[in-house]
Amino acid sequence: MFDLPILSILTFLPLFGAACIFFLARGEREDVARTSRWMALWTSGAVFLVSLLIWFGFERGSSDFQFVEKVLWIPGLNINYHMGVDGISALLVLLTTFLVPICILSSWEAVERRVKEYMIAFLLLETLMIGTFCALDLVLFYVFFEAVLIPMFLIIGIWGGPRRVYSAFKFFLYTLLGSVLMLAAMITIYNTAGTTDIPTLLTTALGEDLQFWLWLAFFASFAVKMPMWPVHTWLPDAHVEAPTAGSVILAGVLLKMGGYGFLRFSIPMFPDASLYFMPMVFGLSIIAVIYTSLVALVQEDMKKMIAYSSVAHMGFVTAGLFTFNQQGFEGAIYQMLSHGIVSAALFLCVGVVYDRLHTRVIARYGGVVNVMPKYAFAFMIFMLASVGLPGTAGFVGEFLILLGAFKANTWVAALLATGMVLGAAYMLLLYRRVVFGALVKEDVKAMLDMSPREIIIFAPLIIVVLWMGIYPIPFFDFMAAPVAELLKNFHQATAG
Amino acid sequence: METAIVFLPLFGAIIAGLFGRKIGDRGSQFVTAGSLVVSAVLSWIVFLSFAGAHDQPNQSTTIHLLSWIASGDFQLDWALRIDTLTAVMLVVVTTVSAVVHIYSVGYMEDDPSKPRFMAYLSLFTFAMLMLVTADNLVQMFFGWEGVGLCSYLLIGFWYHKPEANAAAMKAFIVNRVGDFGFALGIFGCFFLFGTVSFDGIFAAAPNFSDATLLFLGTEWHAPTIICILLFIGAMGKSAQIGLHTWLPDAMEGPTPVSALIHAATMVTAGVFMVARLSPLFELSDTALTLVTYVGGMTAIFAATIGLTQFDIKRVIAYSTCSQLGYMFFALGVGAYGAGIFHLMTHAFFKALLFLGAGCVIHAMHHEQDMRKMGGIWKKIPMTYALMWIGSLALAGIPPFAGYFSKDIVLEAAYAAHSGAGNFAFAMGIAAAFLTAFYSWRLLLMTFHGETRADMHTFDHAHEAPKVMMLPLIVLALGAIGSGYIAYEWFVGHDRFMFWGASIVQSADDIIEHAHHVPLWVKYLPLAVGLAGIAMAYVCYLLIPSIPGVIVKTFKEFHAFLFNKWYFDELYDLIFVRPAKWLGHVFWKRGDGDIIDRFGPDGVSSLAAKIGRRASALQSGYVYHYAFAMMIGVVALITWYFLGHSV
Repeated sequence: MFDLPILSILTFLPLFGAACIFFLARGEREDVARTSRWMALWTSGAVFLVSLLIWFGFERGSSDFQFVEKVLWIPGLNINYHMGVDGISALLVLLTTFLVPICILSSWEAVERRVKEYMIAFLLLETLMIGTFCALDLVLFYVFFEAVLIPMFLIIGIWGGPRRVYSAFKFFLYTLLGSVLMLAAMITIYNTAGTTDIPTLLTTALGEDLQFWLWLAFFASFAVKMPMWPVHTWLPDAHVEAPTAGSVILAGVLLKMGGYGFLRFSIPMFPDASLYFMPMVFGLSIIAVIYTSLVALVQEDMKKMIAYSSVAHMGFVTAGLFTFNQQGFEGAIYQMLSHGIVSAALFLCVGVVYDRLHTRVIARYGGVVNVMPKYAFAFMIFMLASVGLPGTAGFVGEFLILLGAFKANTWVAALLATGMVLGAAYMLLLYRRVVFGALVKEDVKAMLDMSPREIIIFAPLIIVVLWMGIYPIPFFDFMAAPVAELLKNFHQATAG
Repeated sequence: METAIVFLPLFGAIIAGLFGRKIGDRGSQFVTAGSLVVSAVLSWIVFLSFAGAHDQPNQSTTIHLLSWIASGDFQLDWALRIDTLTAVMLVVVTTVSAVVHIYSVGYMEDDPSKPRFMAYLSLFTFAMLMLVTADNLVQMFFGWEGVGLCSYLLIGFWYHKPEANAAAMKAFIVNRVGDFGFALGIFGCFFLFGTVSFDGIFAAAPNFSDATLLFLGTEWHAPTIICILLFIGAMGKSAQIGLHTWLPDAMEGPTPVSALIHAATMVTAGVFMVARLSPLFELSDTALTLVTYVGGMTAIFAATIGLTQFDIKRVIAYSTCSQLGYMFFALGVGAYGAGIFHLMTHAFFKALLFLGAGCVIHAMHHEQDMRKMGGIWKKIPMTYALMWIGSLALAGIPPFAGYFSKDIVLEAAYAAHSGAGNFAFAMGIAAAFLTAFYSWRLLLMTFHGETRADMHTFDHAHEAPKVMMLPLIVLALGAIGSGYIAYEWFVGHDRFMFWGASIVQSADDIIEHAHHVPLWVKYLPLAVGLAGIAMAYVCYLLIPSIPGVIVKTFKEFHAFLFNKWYFDELYDLIFVRPAKWLGHVFWKRGDGDIIDRFGPDGVSSLAAKIGRRASALQSGYVYHYAFAMMIGVVALITWYFLGHSV
């Protein structure tokens, strides 16, 4: 059964769906829109079902790449079409396939213009995201990794808010810098090691001086993607202008590419440099947590606040990755997954009220619980998960990261832990201002509670958030072996 | 059975919370209160099996539920640990919770969201039970944060009131400050002992009695720093001086909530934690001394504020704060059994006082200001009598429960013969005087003298319905008898059999010494208590002009007390405002004027012309850039491979 090229099917099934929409959705404007929506939903649903084969078929406890496909791509250059997943990337693939159908459902009524193109862009985006996590060849990875930006630009630039041009441009400028440097670094790697095969490179030792420069070049790209302070300022703008589903994917999956990059490239390939730069990453992570939490505290725009909170949460991830111990690593990976779900859900929560009142200004709301109790319940769960309440997804990652950080350096743990207090402050403030309070505003009074479609969107998210908080063992089963292997190699490499 | 005790309230909460509209108000009340009563009955069965031990000391049992987190050498399970300490807490929590559930049926009669209220109460009880049955620190933290959440939800239950929302947020965030310490303490435990389970910690701890730990650049005695960090958590939850500011504000919540959460159960979680970790705290004299000082200071500090307040619930809230101080200094001098003893008796009489205050508020049409009460004892004699019982227990008058527990606490402090112990003893005696004084001030202002309520309210004041009075009677029985009955188990001859290994005790420990203190120490608390009562009679019944004169004479001092030692203002000045100011500076100056100005905006201003032209083409230029980039990439690769491939 697993002789099928599952990863290729997963990666290109959305593209196939996009092609179908492109050719088949014809007729009246309304018909085109309806057909596109349904086809996109069916496609992404099918992709999710196929991805479950990974969930069930993946061999736990093995650190090897699985579902591997390898076909010679560019003869003579030793470049292969090489796909495969280990426990870390498998989880990120699953996160992607889980979120995309939700995004498409959430765009059902919110997107009215150019529905066909929107759905095509979204499915294209899914192809590229899955490809990024599955690629086991530098060139292949680079193509997917950079190409992801194109549909994202389009989604922000065409279906975004009033300042979409500025935001998309800012996004572009930041990522351009990283891309160019990373490309140069990849060429250097090929030049030195003679291969672009990632599994081979993982066991190739590079000279310390070379590592130093390569690390910085990769860092430029991944730090922007995370985003880390001080290259984070594109994120709030991009989120504010992006349509809801764009924000969901941006926060849910795209930000994870940075963390994935650190895990797949920076740390295993340049271990000495990673160790050398550890204090800097810790410093930037701590600044990110405290600085952006404080900034989040004073935001007037719901999406901006959640965007800044994302930067703070990602600060935890980078700190966890550079603790170089099992708890820190697994915590960071877990935090990526839980943040993927929780921040996605929070942006969806903003989308729900935005669809009704067409504003994201916090002060325009108040007393929403009176008219939307179901919404208040869902929002509460995600708010608490974001705060890291035990029993929700947010706790496990944050806790393990802090545990790992305490082992590495107590200052780092103590300063990061202030994020626990600040995070509670801004999220509770947001919730209080939007949801609680007396119902006085006329337009808020007229808001309707969640529709069945919206409940279908939120129900799986709530279930996953609680599941990940109460019984996270299945996820750790995926990542334990590859993380242990990674750490073993890392410590061997840096011991000398 | 133990599993059922813990999960029945969760079951009730889920049913009432999710299906409240289907099963209706009565259905929700029935399910939640019913589950709690069953849970309480089961708890008593468990407790009595512990109390009946005569032949050999009680043991602890562990019930494994589910694996939780596994990351490398960090292994964590969901498990219930049942020992004597847990059994005591089970009884206290489920009993008070059950009567509060029943009381709420009457108290919340006019409220439109009864199912939600009952669901929160039950959810709280579940979290509290998870806390007291936790088998490891992280699960305790789960319950700890869970009760914090429910406290937040219940304080802010009337979400249309801005003060209630503010108080709810404040409670959560101040508690988080404490949890910050708790979490670091957990990390420290794992770092040092390699485990977070209680059994593991207790087994490993003696080997680390001289270990050191580098924390924030300083070399610490390891058990000391870990205990201090954990104790910061306890201070937050149990509203000790410095982290107490949320508790008085929490009185914005409905009164049954105050009785259950902010008197009997949640606020005692910190006391429970220290007692649970007594084998660890025993390794650090420094930490125990700190606990003693903090307890002693809180006892007196809260009592001084309680003297001046006019809101009936706030007086009781400060009293709670003060009594928690007693429990802590009992623990601090090593009298763990005495601390838990006082926790248990206090739960009964303080819940009684709160629920009694609820009856008064109910009778006075939701008036809480004692200046607008007075003279109503004839209208509500039953409530009046029950409040007397609660106050007598609180003031430590025999044979009421508080007499036994407060006496042993003070005797233990005296018997410690240490600086901290003497300090705590002195503060405790002074606070005992103040306690009696403000308790009778409350009674006299509320029930006696000429009424200051408006005539309409006064005429319509009436006794609460049976469903509210019955719970009070149950609590009153506890407030009367629990001290006498439980004395031998908790601190008397049976204590070794009773506690087993669940807390640290020895044949030559502080409780033993406490039984042999001089007679004057034994009678002093009672004497000052009676003096306080007499003083209150003089000031508020015989010569009512005295308080006014005193307030005028010591104007500044009174203002200092009345404004709660200006803690709120101080925190606002040094934490809240700077945080907001910094947020603005980082946002506008940092992100805006520095990062963006020299980063993307600076670069883009170079391309401003292109940008303007491009924006005329709608958003088209964005993907032009993107495609241009891709083409560039392809070109680069091509160039590279063409140049190097052969």
